[in-house]
Amino acid sequence: MKDTLALLQKFNAHPDSRCWYVAWNPKGTLLASCGGDRAIRIWGREGDSWECKTVLQDGHQRAVRKVAWSPCGNYLASASFDATTCIWKKKNDDFECLTVLEGHENEVKCVAWAPSGNLLATCSRDKSVWIWEVDEEDEYECVSVVNSHTQDVKHVVWHPTQELLASCSYDNNVCVYKEEDDDWECRATLEGHTSTVWGLTFDPSGQRLASCSDDRTVKIWKECQSGGTDAAWKCVCTLSGFHGRTVYDIAWCPLTGALATACGDDGVRVFKEDETADPDQPVFSLSAHVPKAHSQDVNCIAWHPKEAGLLVSCSDNGEIAVWNYQSEV
Amino acid sequence: MSVGTRLENANPLIFQRTGERLQTAKDEDEDVADPIDDREIFDLIRSINDPEHPLSLEELNVVEQVRVRVDDQENTVGVEFTPTIPHCSMATLIGLSIKVKLLRSLPERFKIDVHITPGTHTSEDAVNKQLADKERVAAALENSQLLEVVNQCLISSARTS
Repeated sequence: MKDTLALLQKFNAHPDSRCWYVAWNPKGTLLASCGGDRAIRIWGREGDSWECKTVLQDGHQRAVRKVAWSPCGNYLASASFDATTCIWKKKNDDFECLTVLEGHENEVKCVAWAPSGNLLATCSRDKSVWIWEVDEEDEYECVSVVNSHTQDVKHVVWHPTQELLASCSYDNNVCVYKEEDDDWECRATLEGHTSTVWGLTFDPSGQRLASCSDDRTVKIWKECQSGGTDAAWKCVCTLSGFHGRTVYDIAWCPLTGALATACGDDGVRVFKEDETADPDQPVFSLSAHVPKAHSQDVNCIAWHPKEAGLLVSCSDNGEIAVWNYQSEV
Repeated sequence: MSVGTRLENANPLIFQRTGERLQTAKDEDEDVADPIDDREIFDLIRSINDPEHPLSLEELNVVEQVRVRVDDQENTVGVEFTPTIPHCSMATLIGLSIKVKLLRSLPERFKIDVHITPGTHTSEDAVNKQLADKERVAAALENSQLLEVVNQCLISSARTS
């Protein structure tokens, strides 16, 4: 490990609560955080420090589990344990709640926008994944409900450029969906983890998917052109022995290709790919590790979309930390 | 989760409670480093009330000091509990009560793992997975009815200890 992960800043984002998740807006000028205090906070950089610009407090009755920005940066979606998803519209420096998406039977665990901005996916403890269509009038309509998982669905993520969706679950599996005749279908089930899969991230090209799990491993999956109609995803690499407890989140940097993880052992780790290795048998090595990045579980990790190496993490202790990852080439 | 009217295990075996911890002069000495030990953890959980019976988890032998593992340096606490019968429907609730008691009592640095004693419950893996999923535990504790039941188990623990 010769690369460095230097702490730039640490601040209390959700006092006396958990910070569940953080998300950068597409330009990287704002950071949204959410937590057990039912609040969403929007942070902006002021000189050397981070200031809370707005608090969105009255949207949800229970914990806000995850937040996601639309590709245009004008909308923010929030998924809550109160079984709803709120859509917030940015108005100058403020946000107003545009609509509340209802339908899931219980806790909504995650929300994600498709790269076009016309589709939104939500997933829930009720085992389903819902696809919503957004029209020009800001109206949301559920176009598909997919029940491919047999348990609580933890996370959904869209392909960086295509209308391809992936989800992961308490049932230990990852599912990949595509639209087929106006309906969304599970096209591949990725089996291999031995416990809950908590997080997913596509690589910058969208050809590979990384998953992280309660089984303390990270798996890299690659789409294989099998010649048939259904794409097959194969596990081409398993990173085991690096994480002391559950791996709660994973993020592939769109700019550098570095892979970061958030772990229940309080550590933040960055893995780098050996570019000389066979693409069908990739090799990743641990390039930086901060063992006590936070004083409690690290829940989320997010790379800045424009500034290479800028990384944020958040923790059960309500804190957000900003890191600078420097890779020695 | 509601407590049923018919008891699943109407006549449980009752075990004797352990005595109080012996206080020594060293315990009073503020200069002696005093890491959290197994007995302290056991004292926190032994008087938790069973959801069905007016008895403590210790009296039902659901918790035992030998099934507590604490490593103060590593910030870890592991507790194994033994349901009174192999298909006890209260197993998750009992595990949750133990977890909540420890979450509320211990410093935040501790990682708390609560498991069923291996081989003592028919749905051992499912219950363990549920108890280990902090997202589901967090959601469960936002459920006021369930929280009420958990608090009942813990309130009686405060009364008897």
